[in-house]
Amino acid sequence: MVKLIANSAAEGLLPLEGPGVTVAEPPMERLTSLAPLHGGLEAALEAAHGLALPKPNRTTGKAGVRCVWFSATHYMLIGPEPDASLSAHAAVTDQSDAWCRVALSGPRVAEMLSYLAPVDLREESFKRGHTARTLVGHMSASIIRTGAESYELFVFRSMATTLVHELEEALIALP
Amino acid sequence: MRVDGKGRIDRAKPLEFTWGKERFTGFEGDTLASALLANGVRLMGRSFKYHRPRGPLTAGSEEPNALVTVGEGAAQEPNIRATMQELYAGLTAQPQNAWPSLERDVLGLNDYLAPFLGAGFYYKTFMWPKSFWEKVYEPFIRRAAGLGALSGAHNPSRYAKAFAHCEVLVIGAGPAGLSAARVAAEAGLDVILADESWEMGGRLLSETEEIDGQPGAAWAAAEVAALAAMGVRLMTRTTVTGAYDGGVFGALERRGHHAPHDPERPHECFWRIYTSRAILCAGALERPIAFPNNDRPGVMTAGAVRSYLNRFGVSPGTRVAVFGNNDSAHHTARDLLEAGVKVTAVIDSRPEVEIDVEAPVITGARVVGTKGRLGLEQITIEEKGAQRPLLADCLAVSGGWNPTVHLTCHMNGRPVWEPSIASFVPADSAVPGLSVAGSAAGVMDTFGCLKSGASVAADVARELGKAPPEPKAPRAGSAVYRIEPLWHVPGKGRAWLDFQNDVTVKDIKQAAQENYASVEHMKRYTTQGMATDQGKNSNVAALAILADATGRGIPETGTTTFRPPYSPVALAAIGAGAQGSGFAPQRFTTSHKASTTRGAPMVEAGLWYRPSYFPQTGETHWRESCDREVKLVRQTVGICDVSTLGKIDIQGPDAAAFLDFVYSNLFSTLKVGKVRYGLMLREDGHVMDDGTTARIGENHYVMTTTTAAAGQVMNHLEFVHQCLRPKLNVSFISVTEQWAQFAVAGPRSRELLNAILDTEIDDESWPYMSCGELGVAGVPGRLFRISFSGEHAYEVSVPARFGDSLFRLLVAQAEAMGGGAYGMEALNVMRIEKGFVTHAEIHGRTTAFDIGLGRMVSAKKDCVGKTMSQRPGLLDPDREQLVGFRPVDPEATLLAGAHLYADGAAPVAANDQGYCTSVAYSPSIGHHIALGFVKGGRERLGEVMRFWDGLREVDTSVEIVSPVFLDPEGERLRG
Repeated sequence: MVKLIANSAAEGLLPLEGPGVTVAEPPMERLTSLAPLHGGLEAALEAAHGLALPKPNRTTGKAGVRCVWFSATHYMLIGPEPDASLSAHAAVTDQSDAWCRVALSGPRVAEMLSYLAPVDLREESFKRGHTARTLVGHMSASIIRTGAESYELFVFRSMATTLVHELEEALIALP
Repeated sequence: MRVDGKGRIDRAKPLEFTWGKERFTGFEGDTLASALLANGVRLMGRSFKYHRPRGPLTAGSEEPNALVTVGEGAAQEPNIRATMQELYAGLTAQPQNAWPSLERDVLGLNDYLAPFLGAGFYYKTFMWPKSFWEKVYEPFIRRAAGLGALSGAHNPSRYAKAFAHCEVLVIGAGPAGLSAARVAAEAGLDVILADESWEMGGRLLSETEEIDGQPGAAWAAAEVAALAAMGVRLMTRTTVTGAYDGGVFGALERRGHHAPHDPERPHECFWRIYTSRAILCAGALERPIAFPNNDRPGVMTAGAVRSYLNRFGVSPGTRVAVFGNNDSAHHTARDLLEAGVKVTAVIDSRPEVEIDVEAPVITGARVVGTKGRLGLEQITIEEKGAQRPLLADCLAVSGGWNPTVHLTCHMNGRPVWEPSIASFVPADSAVPGLSVAGSAAGVMDTFGCLKSGASVAADVARELGKAPPEPKAPRAGSAVYRIEPLWHVPGKGRAWLDFQNDVTVKDIKQAAQENYASVEHMKRYTTQGMATDQGKNSNVAALAILADATGRGIPETGTTTFRPPYSPVALAAIGAGAQGSGFAPQRFTTSHKASTTRGAPMVEAGLWYRPSYFPQTGETHWRESCDREVKLVRQTVGICDVSTLGKIDIQGPDAAAFLDFVYSNLFSTLKVGKVRYGLMLREDGHVMDDGTTARIGENHYVMTTTTAAAGQVMNHLEFVHQCLRPKLNVSFISVTEQWAQFAVAGPRSRELLNAILDTEIDDESWPYMSCGELGVAGVPGRLFRISFSGEHAYEVSVPARFGDSLFRLLVAQAEAMGGGAYGMEALNVMRIEKGFVTHAEIHGRTTAFDIGLGRMVSAKKDCVGKTMSQRPGLLDPDREQLVGFRPVDPEATLLAGAHLYADGAAPVAANDQGYCTSVAYSPSIGHHIALGFVKGGRERLGEVMRFWDGLREVDTSVEIVSPVFLDPEGERLRG
């Protein structure tokens, strides 16, 4: 029997190193979109995965599982297979292959992102656990702050090449 | 000439540079203008219209005259202000707007024609004959006019753009800006301080004044160091160019202008700064006085002379005269004398004024003329009605200072006339969140500026909920600024107002005389205030003269509108990152690499890149590849990546009801496991998009859209849900990116699939238009039996991570069977053979009725666009209807875009019967075929028409046929 080979979205394009910035592609994880349909998603998520639904522009999480506010009507569950009970409360859609995710780390990440994204990423405005749907260059994107000097970026999978190009350009622009 | 012991230049670091054909030496800390003046070069440019010899008028960004071209080859950059260009080793600058040389410029002839070339000359002269404008006048004027030129080659420079966020943006780092930034920072606010120079300090760098007992420049340096220590973001070489809504300011940072061209580093960076509050501390600009022949190289503003002397250690002349109407001009004489430069006279227009300088003082007098062809040699002074000459190679002129109000006018605020300083000051709250301090607000002494900056910043801090620090009052000069307006000195010869556009006092008066009396009309009639300096040097004086000429006061006359940008911004900087392929993101399918490896040329479909065809060895023309690919699908099996089609996952108890409303036909009646073709109308009843939608669960559908309209359809669904049917419980999300989807088309498609599917399929389990989930080579996938080629075909999808692998597998299998991959060209040929429409046909002006799908607008229910689609005009049987065209001569080539006329009719608009939208050479049929629209076409089958394309010279005959050329019964589909 033939076997299909899995490629990540930025296969062969990363990692990327620059002054004070490292860009890498994290291991593929299950991404599940949750769109509330009937109410009760909050309690169901808490019961099934031990997580609260995040408020706008926020994330919730614990070891191995995170939930990211993704739009006015959607959340992204990252990590586990979604519990079957969630389907009674939300439209559950597999998005594991829909996004190119990159992890950015280093002391100059926020500065580099200021060449790409119009959102306020200053220390006091964009703290660990904050997220924003915004633009990265010309691309629609989601940015998550995962630590003091680490961030995660989502763009459409098909735009991985452009994302890496934009990141390279931003690294060059750093004074 | 250099003056010993003066200036902030580093004499230990000499820098060689080239101006025109000559090499010179300057020092680190020089501008190109200061280094040229130090080398005795005063002539730096030719004026726009009359090609008059000109030298620098100023020492700053408002410079109208000394525009030069910097750099060589493709990277050469025109219209660089020599007063802003920092000197570096190896700098190459060329004069512009002069031929053959700056000293001997042929178009200097224009100056002799000046009596004929005044304001309005073009408008009056080039009216007749009408036909001359495009062919004679415009090319001539274009050649004669203009400043510098681009190289004509692709710009190799790199540009960046960036965003910054802060609580307080301080614009300008002179005394007011520095003290404002200090107070805001000490109050604990997040501050950005931006200044257009490479060194902060503003006028303090150009004056001899002391603050707290130390030189102003030293005080500024200490303040800047303190600000840096407090974490203030210091942006040097950054000009804030525009004030926009919501506390957004545009700013241009010059990154690479002070070093040799480096294509690897950004030349400029365009910033958008988002701030809670801004404090404008942009200072003031000195204005000249309009007297006859006041434009010779060597005539400059008094403040500029002090800048050259005190900041750059250069005296612009050896015998300097000073002429002014206010006390600030006297500083120039004092500083020059103190530096040992000869001052031949201090001329003050005010009769009763005491001037304490060690030089000849002439009060109540005026300069009424100048001499010197390529540079000032002599001036003429008029005192008590008598004229006398005076030798001078530099004349320092001050007509007063104009607060730099520009940014406060960017949202249509109008500045307010302030008689005490004879100038305009910003109106209160002209830009929300922007306060003004220092000279920009009309405060004209250093002590006042320091105080004003601190107090405005303290107010801002309090409004932002912070406690400002205790006020400090550094000791500094607080001389009262006294001025008596002097706009124009009459006399023989032209008195120049706008040096950049060669506008004289006479031009303004003439505009008024010809009833261009409104200030905005005057501006357009004379061109005063246009081009790179935007009237910074001339605006107020021009208004004053217009006011005088029209018998109104200056406040009644008003000002023209200052718009962004404050100073020139290269389009390359605004569009940074968007050159070439950076214009838009590129979307690549998972099969992209496999396709390009096979040599497939890519075509753009929206942002997507799709393979056009897959050339094989020996094929020299795309048609050969395309014909082969069509045949392999029609005879065996072909593989095509169709992942770019929009896929929208729709879930919820009301999903069926929602689809019934957005589609013209019914989807609630579709059985689970089945697919149906759907047509979507716009609200105005025209077709928006089409595609297939599969029902994969009771409350779960997957909709497909065309590639181009995926975003539009998603927006439409959101709109319909949020605005028209908010109570329907339904949710949708794009899954276009989640799935890699491939068409497997051809009589042997099922055989191929059965080699890779986990469960074998047959016609019974997967009849035409069925769908479902099943394992694909061990991976959970989906299978749809649909066809865009007219063949027995499927679309198989897997999660995108497996896309590359599955595509390679499918193509390898197909090739083993005698089939292969096919691209967009073959796909297009096959859909035309079948008469399937694309956006070439559903182009936004056609209805379901027009494309022959009128019956798809279900009578059983309402849908978006239904009522509007029933307007009589949209059901007129004489409307242009979709038909096929068959060439009467089988050898004839048909072209999309051709129009149709009755056989033998003249090809003129009145006879137009329709047009052709899509053409293909059909290898299956053996000649060209086409789709298009003809008036009442469905009733005209068999009629022969004239097929005419005047642009590409096609004139042939076609027969109107059914749009379905192949297998009209659909037997192959079900095969």
